[in-house]
Amino acid sequence: MDNINVLEEKKMGIKKSPYYRKKSRGIILVILNIIMICIVLFPLFYAVSMSIRPEADLYNLDVGLFPRQITLKNYMDVFRISNIGRFIKNSFIVSTVIMLAQLISTSLAAFSFQFLKFKGKGIIFALIMATMMIPGEATIISQYLMVSGWGLQNTLTALFLPYLTSAMGVFLFKQAFETFPVELYESAKIDGCSDIKFFTYILLPVSRPTIAALSVTSFLGAWNMYMWPLLITGSEKYRTVQIGIAMLNAADAQSLLLMLAGVVVCMIPSLTIFLIARKNMINGLTAGAVKS
Amino acid sequence: MKTTIELTQNNSNVPLLSKNRWSINAYLFLLPSLAALIVFVFIPFFQTLERSLYLTDNMGKNALFIGLENYILLFKDPSFYNSLFVTLNYVAIVVVVGVLLGFTTALLCQKSFPGVKIFSTAYALPLAIASSGMALVFGVMLNQTTGILNRLLHTNINWIADPKYAIWSVGILTGWLNSGMNFLFFSSGLAGISENLYESASIDGANQFHKLIYITIPSLMPITFFVVVTNIINAFQSFGQIKLLTQGGPGESTNVIVHDIYRNAFMNYRYGYASAESVILFFIIMIFTYFMFRARKRGL
Repeated sequence: MDNINVLEEKKMGIKKSPYYRKKSRGIILVILNIIMICIVLFPLFYAVSMSIRPEADLYNLDVGLFPRQITLKNYMDVFRISNIGRFIKNSFIVSTVIMLAQLISTSLAAFSFQFLKFKGKGIIFALIMATMMIPGEATIISQYLMVSGWGLQNTLTALFLPYLTSAMGVFLFKQAFETFPVELYESAKIDGCSDIKFFTYILLPVSRPTIAALSVTSFLGAWNMYMWPLLITGSEKYRTVQIGIAMLNAADAQSLLLMLAGVVVCMIPSLTIFLIARKNMINGLTAGAVKS
Repeated sequence: MKTTIELTQNNSNVPLLSKNRWSINAYLFLLPSLAALIVFVFIPFFQTLERSLYLTDNMGKNALFIGLENYILLFKDPSFYNSLFVTLNYVAIVVVVGVLLGFTTALLCQKSFPGVKIFSTAYALPLAIASSGMALVFGVMLNQTTGILNRLLHTNINWIADPKYAIWSVGILTGWLNSGMNFLFFSSGLAGISENLYESASIDGANQFHKLIYITIPSLMPITFFVVVTNIINAFQSFGQIKLLTQGGPGESTNVIVHDIYRNAFMNYRYGYASAESVILFFIIMIFTYFMFRARKRGL
């Protein structure tokens, strides 16, 4: 009896709790978030803020976080002095090829695992999943010796060759296809629909979220990759953005700001893709980790 | 004609098509992925295992079979122990910084408030950022004379050339890079906590701090485990940011394993020795990956 009374009182208390308390909590939350966003985004803000100031202001101790004069000269110069246009083109070609190749190869494999019957399915699937356990660094020496042994050093082909498929992609597509009713596939077969037609016209259109998720992650991964291009390409002609910008890194003020302008330019595509496809990317990332 | 045959077959209890047809088709669908993985993952992996047992020439050819000599040399090499120690140190910094950042930001976006979408997009942003590009930005930020950090703190420290601070510089940078991914994992974990728990806690007179300690943190334990392991695996594989920010230096104070492999293989042309190091790295990562898969199986 007592307990119930206490409970009643508490409930009443909550109901009667003054409105301003809730409101002030919201304000505190916003303030904390504003502080946090300043910390998290500080490096990005700093890069932009530095890249739009004239080089004279780099050593000027009076000029702090915010540029006193705004100029786009560093951006003009980075395109004029370095080959950044070509680097972007190279990176774009390589990333697009990797993205398309991964989409095609992984979705085909996942289709086979989910809808077709064949000998050794379990073992082959386990093998593909096992490759996730092998870190890139454990194979990169051999990949380098193999690809350069074929005489492919300094070619665009060498840049995308080792990344034409991904075990994670097979896993994600298989998960997506599991939700597709097998009866529909069987009835399509009975109606004389071939596997490849079913795959292209029925299955892929309903797997759009997974396609988007994998596209974003594979494109960004390729765009941001560093170690492989560093090893396999030495000439200016086949340099990718990440390597090309790092090459601008020198001690004098002018190239410092040029380099930051280059970094900002190369972040623009990644950030744009991220902002457009944020939802899909998040689903793709957490699909493997979290049961929805 | 074909469809009628299939239909009649279907009416009886035999499979639609002969087993053979099915199989060949299935293997054809698998071929692109399987071929790529065999050629570019499996074969190189076994070549690495093999190469680690050989003395190699400068072209990377296996010149002389020496058995476990590379491994014996490795475990006698103080530089290798230093790499292991540096890597552990670095991984610890990356995990603490990355997980704390990810957890705090996710917590701040747990409840809805005006602008929550903008904030959560910003917190996930580091996901899309290239580690190499960010390393260059940090390089400017940490510069002794012109960098903003010394100006803000009124110090005059060379953050990158001082062994005490260099490991912290690359560690915090990588922690920041991982924080976006961690934010997403923790956010999805927080979304899974039932509102009823918080409500009944409020009725029992719990304040915000109690709720955090007794509800939020215990509920997030499984996902935290997963995030920590994922971060450890990622940190073990860091290369670009270290190569660009510190080149493994000063001295060997930031010479993590992957950077040491790179140095041994591509600067000193000791491919066999570096392959042995790769194999050890593989085993370390495999152990952590095993834990991660086990965590997934437990239904995260």
